[in-house]
Amino acid sequence: MAIDTRVAPKIKHHDEEYKVIGTRPIRHDGLEKVTGEARYGSDINLPGQLHGKVLRSPHAHARIVSIDASRAEALDGVSAVITSADLPDPGDKLTTGGEAPGLPVKFKSANMLARGKVHYHGHAVAAVAAANPHIAAEALKLIDVEYEVLDPVLEVWDAMKPDAPVIIEDLYTAKADGTTGEEPSNVAAEMLYEVGDVDAGFAEADLVVDREFTFGVVHQGYIETHNATANWLKDGHLHVWCSSQGAFTIRQELADLLNHPITKIHVVPMEIGGGFGGKTTAYLEPLAALLSQQTGHPVKMAMDRADVLKATGPTPGGYVRVKMGVTNDGMITAGYANLAFDAGGYPGSVVGAGCRCVFAPYNMPSAKVEGFDVVVNKPKTHAYRAPGATHAEFASETVVDEICRTLDIDPVEFRLKNSAKEGDWQLAQPPYPRIGHIECMEAARDSAQWQTPLETAPGKKRGRGIASGFWFNIGFTSSVIAKLNSDGSVTLLEGSTDIGGTRTSVAMQFAETLGIPVEDVDPIVADTDSVGQTDVTGGSRVTFATGLAAHNAANDMKDQIAEGLADLWDVAADAITHADGTFSANGKSASVREAAELLEEEGVFPIGKNTVTPTREGGAFAVHIADVEVDEETGKVEILRYTAVQDAGVAIYPPYVEGQMQGGVVQGVGWALNEEYVYDDDGHLLNASLLDYRMPTALDVPNIETIIVEVPNPGHPYGVRGVGEVPIVPPPAAVANAIHDATGLRMSHLPMSPPRVQAALAAQA
Amino acid sequence: MATEILSGKVHVQTTINGEQVDFLAEPRESLLEVLRDHLGLTGAKEGCNNGNCGACNVVMDGALVNSCCVLSVEAAGASIETIEGVASPEGLHPLQQSFLENAALQCGVCTPGFIVAAKALLEENPNPTEYEVRWWLAGNLCRCTGYDKIVRAVLDAAERMRAEA
Repeated sequence: MAIDTRVAPKIKHHDEEYKVIGTRPIRHDGLEKVTGEARYGSDINLPGQLHGKVLRSPHAHARIVSIDASRAEALDGVSAVITSADLPDPGDKLTTGGEAPGLPVKFKSANMLARGKVHYHGHAVAAVAAANPHIAAEALKLIDVEYEVLDPVLEVWDAMKPDAPVIIEDLYTAKADGTTGEEPSNVAAEMLYEVGDVDAGFAEADLVVDREFTFGVVHQGYIETHNATANWLKDGHLHVWCSSQGAFTIRQELADLLNHPITKIHVVPMEIGGGFGGKTTAYLEPLAALLSQQTGHPVKMAMDRADVLKATGPTPGGYVRVKMGVTNDGMITAGYANLAFDAGGYPGSVVGAGCRCVFAPYNMPSAKVEGFDVVVNKPKTHAYRAPGATHAEFASETVVDEICRTLDIDPVEFRLKNSAKEGDWQLAQPPYPRIGHIECMEAARDSAQWQTPLETAPGKKRGRGIASGFWFNIGFTSSVIAKLNSDGSVTLLEGSTDIGGTRTSVAMQFAETLGIPVEDVDPIVADTDSVGQTDVTGGSRVTFATGLAAHNAANDMKDQIAEGLADLWDVAADAITHADGTFSANGKSASVREAAELLEEEGVFPIGKNTVTPTREGGAFAVHIADVEVDEETGKVEILRYTAVQDAGVAIYPPYVEGQMQGGVVQGVGWALNEEYVYDDDGHLLNASLLDYRMPTALDVPNIETIIVEVPNPGHPYGVRGVGEVPIVPPPAAVANAIHDATGLRMSHLPMSPPRVQAALAAQA
Repeated sequence: MATEILSGKVHVQTTINGEQVDFLAEPRESLLEVLRDHLGLTGAKEGCNNGNCGACNVVMDGALVNSCCVLSVEAAGASIETIEGVASPEGLHPLQQSFLENAALQCGVCTPGFIVAAKALLEENPNPTEYEVRWWLAGNLCRCTGYDKIVRAVLDAAERMRAEA
């Protein structure tokens, strides 16, 4: 096949023309990343550093009777061993920052080093610092831990039973009505969202489809493993280098967990090798800090892949039930959903977000959604790209497909008729602003793939599926400090770690506003001492929120340049106009570069800055089309062709918008077809390697066709919507609907792995 | 190649990116550990430490290997090429340029491995099909890009290199 260098189609629903926005410059940090010079967390080595490793529980659920580290401490080259006894008691403090603030710090602390009990296979029990990683690994084998093994509870439906073993003895259910349960329970929280009268809605329906779905645990699968290097100085200053989605969040967690003043903690964000929601919290940083404090040396720690899979935060498995009522002419009358997600070993799953997304693409007169956050003996789960939405919308989009089949209504027409649009309700949110679901659906309908009949092949089971997806996006807080240099270039400090080209998408917005080429902006991801508060790179928020901060900082710089020129030109600052990067007044004019030179002579060096917490993130919709072939003998599903359509608001940096779409699709395909944690009955994770937890390779997927739709977000000066997360939402449903088209099977578990599809085919025959 | 045991460490002589390099290593240390932790060549990354992700790819005596699965002492007498040796003083390798222009990286942590692996492919097969590129690169995991732009970048670089040859 010849190289296809075409620029992917873009469908604009606005008339704005920009100079920088929408172009395809080479990213600012690209060179270092193709030469191997970019410095990721594990690439740092400090003089005199020791190496830390973590001892992990071999049991899924057990009481720790005793820990004896004396043999390990006696090993040559071992400098320190720590357990939870070395951590301060967090009391009743609640977490701040991160993607899920408001959880008890005691749970985070106990997840980092087990306190009295282990809650999952791989739970950290102790940590050592030694002269090199091999000695540290030897030392782990010399730590004697006595366990009293308890019965594990692995699935939400078991953990919710009244007679289930209770994992956290003092956990009482936070009920949806604000009351607290009376007996200790594995159900940490219940939630309820309701709009309209669902009973009346279902009574009006001519057809009700009610289905149950289950989910395995999946991991974000970032290629870089977690790491942290800490240097605790004798005056209490703590320096930490790590690859996290948010340096400020790590700083806050270190302060919370170590009871250490935040002003003494300095976190340096190194390049980060993927995160997808899984690197929004500390695992190793506090341990490295404590070990450094105890030994007086810098301490470097890095997980191996088995540690990452066993003991970081995968995204939940669980259960979703979706019931929808429709009239014979295909109008939705009511929706009901019930979601129960694994929180893992401590409370706090992403079930609430799943609840609020389950019916998001549709406008319906009534809906009721119940959610349950359930503690089980698996690792504490975390966000994974549009957290909770993929589970929820796999269920609802499969039910929608069944409705369309049953009523013989075209799935595009059905979705267009029932689509959510501006002004329609959202669960627990203000009504929708301008959104682009209808525009995405129309673009999918008009796409090359949808317009080309599926190619049949004799003896092959092939099918086509379509599905919608929604994700909110998040605002949070972002900061930018931009310094005008004397040559007219700008050094732009931002707090958002760059996981996929956001240095450039932020710099492009700054350049557009100030009217300079993007190559004149040098974007730097700064440490926590050097830039204002910035929350995690997550929630599809960086190009939206940090981009807004950059736009505001550029306007601040414009004002300062105008004030400087006003003095020189002896005019009022507000008499100076700015257009296309040129400042003018009274027949005088200066480009940004000329202004910088003039101001330098006066000793004026403008610094534009902004910290912003925007709330009008706009929301993101996607529509995907999958063509598949199902191998009847093996149950293997092959993706033949795939088109992803997405409303980007305005695509600031299109090649990387396409990249987010394509990457999200392939993660979603992995989730749909293959990826799943496999446990034995005792709760041991059996596939903690990248051989056995098999993510898609280049050979498993085709090229992913992308269509960017631009329905500008009214809540952003350039119309930006976050793009990073929603592309993972539709793939499992699009693939499931294609499998149904090919075989007549309705798959109700993710992943739809070969053995499951094969078994379903056998049962069908 | 003679090696010498010095206080539990082995003296290894090898050639890395065309230059003779001597190092001392424990026999249990992998080539990846030596490259990264002793020699400061941190372009090769550890993603799995058991040969499943390709982030640590280097070329050893002409063969593409996972350096996490090579013991450092096996490097004695070998010629090793790492990502740090791919660009020349004159500029980037066409693959590096093509990765930049095709936006074939996101987080970038797998990128050195992909470029080293793709370079080995194009030296063996200057005119691969899309399928051949995908087959060859199936030993390298990327979790960000979905592979589309990587495959295009490799095909694009192959075309440029054929035009220059």
